[in-house]
Amino acid sequence: MNIQTPASLSPKDYATDQEVRWCPGCGDYAILKAVQKAMADIGADPANTVFVSGIGCAARFPYYMETYGFHTIHGRAPSFATGIKLANPDLDVWVVGGDGDGLSIGGNHTLHAVRRNVDISYLLFNNEIYGLTKGQYSPTSRPGTRSPSTPHGSLDSPVDALSFALGVNARFVARGIDRRQDHLPGLLARAHAHKGCSFVEIIQNCIVYNDGVFEHFTEKEVKADMQLEAEHGKPLLFGKDREKGLRMNRHTLELEVVTLGDDGVREEDIIVHDETNRTIGGALARLKPPDFPVAIGVLYCSPAEQSYEQAVLSQNRAIADKARTKGDMNALLHRGATWEVAA
Amino acid sequence: MEGGSVILDESGNELESAVVRFAGDSGDGMQLTGTQFTQATAMARNDLATFPDFPAEIRAPAGTTFGVSAFQIHFGSRTIRTSGDAVDVLVAMNPAALKTNLADLRKGGLIIVDTGAFTARNLSKAGFAASPLEDGTLEGYRKLEVDMTRMTVEAVKPFGLGNKDAQRCKNMWALGLVDWLFGRDRTINEDWLKQKFASKPEIADANVAALNAGHAFGETADMSREFRAFVVPPADIAPGTYRALTGAEGVAMGLVAGARLAGLPLLFTGYPITPASALLHLLAPLKDYGVTTFQAEDEIAAVCAAIGGSYAGALGVTSSSGPGIALKTEAVGLAVATELPLVIVNSQRGGPSTGLPTKTEQSDLYQAVYGRNADSPLAVVACHSPGDAYFAAIEACRLAVKYMTPVMFLTDGYIANAAEPWPIPDFEDHEPFPVAFRTDPEGYQVYARDPETLARDWVKPGTPGLLHRIGGIEKHHLTGDISYDADNHQKMTDNRRNKILGIARDIPDQAVDQGREGGKVAVVGWGSTHGPIGRAVSNMRARGHDVSHIHIRHIWPMPPNMGDLLKSYETILVPEMNTGQLVTILRAEFLIDAKPVNKVNGKPFRIVEIEEALEAWL
Repeated sequence: MNIQTPASLSPKDYATDQEVRWCPGCGDYAILKAVQKAMADIGADPANTVFVSGIGCAARFPYYMETYGFHTIHGRAPSFATGIKLANPDLDVWVVGGDGDGLSIGGNHTLHAVRRNVDISYLLFNNEIYGLTKGQYSPTSRPGTRSPSTPHGSLDSPVDALSFALGVNARFVARGIDRRQDHLPGLLARAHAHKGCSFVEIIQNCIVYNDGVFEHFTEKEVKADMQLEAEHGKPLLFGKDREKGLRMNRHTLELEVVTLGDDGVREEDIIVHDETNRTIGGALARLKPPDFPVAIGVLYCSPAEQSYEQAVLSQNRAIADKARTKGDMNALLHRGATWEVAA
Repeated sequence: MEGGSVILDESGNELESAVVRFAGDSGDGMQLTGTQFTQATAMARNDLATFPDFPAEIRAPAGTTFGVSAFQIHFGSRTIRTSGDAVDVLVAMNPAALKTNLADLRKGGLIIVDTGAFTARNLSKAGFAASPLEDGTLEGYRKLEVDMTRMTVEAVKPFGLGNKDAQRCKNMWALGLVDWLFGRDRTINEDWLKQKFASKPEIADANVAALNAGHAFGETADMSREFRAFVVPPADIAPGTYRALTGAEGVAMGLVAGARLAGLPLLFTGYPITPASALLHLLAPLKDYGVTTFQAEDEIAAVCAAIGGSYAGALGVTSSSGPGIALKTEAVGLAVATELPLVIVNSQRGGPSTGLPTKTEQSDLYQAVYGRNADSPLAVVACHSPGDAYFAAIEACRLAVKYMTPVMFLTDGYIANAAEPWPIPDFEDHEPFPVAFRTDPEGYQVYARDPETLARDWVKPGTPGLLHRIGGIEKHHLTGDISYDADNHQKMTDNRRNKILGIARDIPDQAVDQGREGGKVAVVGWGSTHGPIGRAVSNMRARGHDVSHIHIRHIWPMPPNMGDLLKSYETILVPEMNTGQLVTILRAEFLIDAKPVNKVNGKPFRIVEIEEALEAWL
């Protein structure tokens, strides 16, 4: 087996020889391609990289990445990833899962991996449906979704992945779209560069069970008007001619869409994206069509001093250095009161 | 005989063994009092066994019967195998403690009560219509009535404590008196108090004063001659250095030792649950021993993180009690399928469901051996005492890393909390079992197996040239690629089964604890019934009966001689604190007509109960 140096790798070097088994036309292909490109762009060392997944269509991802991979059980990938990072913090760990995996059965683990700030890149593929079990509605499905388990339309309110993550103190929150190959690899590179838990929602079309559910903002004709690409330090403008923007309504404290030139609106009135600003990040995460565009890009990024496993290990080291027993097993066995029984 | 046969000789007062129980409100500090008396007793070179029995509620309403916490210690000049059948001396700190514990006191036994707590209010909370001290309830027992509350408050007066803090010292007053009663040197208790309250010297001084006052009361008070000090001579104990060891400590140190012998860091993951949490508490400070502990968000996350740790090259260990183990089950199946080392410690408690969290039971044996979906074999190891827990935990670690398998380690609430004197082993005497991670890419296949152990190679992510993917989907028996092939699944199922069964070749033959191979009756046990079975068999043998004791550590797979050994007896009796689980496995595996002896009341077997069961077959 040849051991390549990371610098020489191209996207296809990150692909395994396994036959990819997603449905033809599935958005997962595009995401796989973007991830492989991002890996090549950042020069990721395959031997030092681990993809961890739960169960679902998205969770087959590790089999297609020429890295280390662990396909685990439904919803629990973040917990496995936490253990991996605690055992070896030097590994580059990616978690991949769908909306059912990460926000339904595994919601609890997503919550805790995010709030603990374990240094992982969590890619949540959101197709608003259960694909592998043949099309039941999911926790991100919009109300009224007709599916085999909700033939008359679903009744419950969906969870917004990024608002959820921000609600549990995520320090890196981003959104991408499977079809945006021009945008997604860069976003993934940003997620990878972030130390701590980077949470990325990737809008993904399920061609079989939920086809077209995102087309009102992903189709070519509408995307300029319905996607807002947030970039740090730049005004939040969108539209074919970047003629529209977001402004803060001082009376309602909410964002509103304005058009430059209308009613004297100038570019200075448009909010400049500050990805370290939680309020802006939260407001962008919540924007929904038809009144608003969907915000993509890094919506919030504010790294902590240390990620969770770094904090654990530095505490371990500090306490160990001070310990008088210095790991002496016999000292441990003799701890506490002892007494001698003479012969 | 143990327990019930002890006689508190009114003139000589030299006892072979004695059972003392401290009982009081859960806020009275009975566990501390018992632990401290245990320390003093161990220093006096008695052999001993303890049984802490406390309520599930943290602070049940004061004075109620369900808030009573008790600590029993059995000590003596000969080998002590159990915490004792019947109580010789009962210290009752309030009416509720007297009410709930009196039935266990043997006739003629001594009751020491704090009359200061026998107020009308406390009597009514305990459900006494009249004071049991006066209405004849205590007829047939000897009683020592002392107003401990008042005497404690007086003794600690110089230290300026408030009334409430002053009264909290009365457990030390009681300890002082019992120390005197059995001629204990209370220096060790005094040292402990000074250390524990180092930052609050006035509290330390007050407690020491109460301890001394209780002791002085015994020495000087005008007590009738039946209350003079008892003498329990030192036991004939093998020479060496000893410490008091609880089962939780034994498991904790065994896991640390196991990881060290494997040459691995230990990743211990848990979620708070009674009675398993003690392990997490004991391991969390041991950072200089290469231990990382992780309190996960739930039981499932805990086991998954442990498996993740093993995947990345640490020894992953998770711990819980029955209900938590149930939650971990799916992930354990993944560890079976991906063939990763994992130790799962189950501190069993009464069930089903929440059951009796603080009471002991052995009812998770089926869960350990069979309790997963599909054919998911793993190894099961059970410990039988605090000291044995240390060695059994090392064995669990050895099997996990050598066979790349999850190992279920069974202990129970009784072992976890019980203490015994332990001759401290020398760590250098343990045989190391260092793990050799695969680093050679040449010819590597993910599921290729060692021909002897059938274990696959352990490859740490981060190793160049060995990139691979594993997971819960069935894999090709060599390459590890996803395979839905029918023959392959048969082969992999067989591999998993044969690997675990093959462990039988790597464990010692089943020994006979007492007695001989072949004969009339063998009593076969596992886990914490070791003490009562051992004493019952020894008592019956002393009476000339042909009965042997076999105690199983390797529950799955069983030692290779097990079938022949069991078939060499006319009758097999299997006492268990469940409705008959090991007995069913023995019947299924060896086609023998083993008989169950069952008890599930949250308490360990009494020796006499096993003797009675035996008598029917002798």
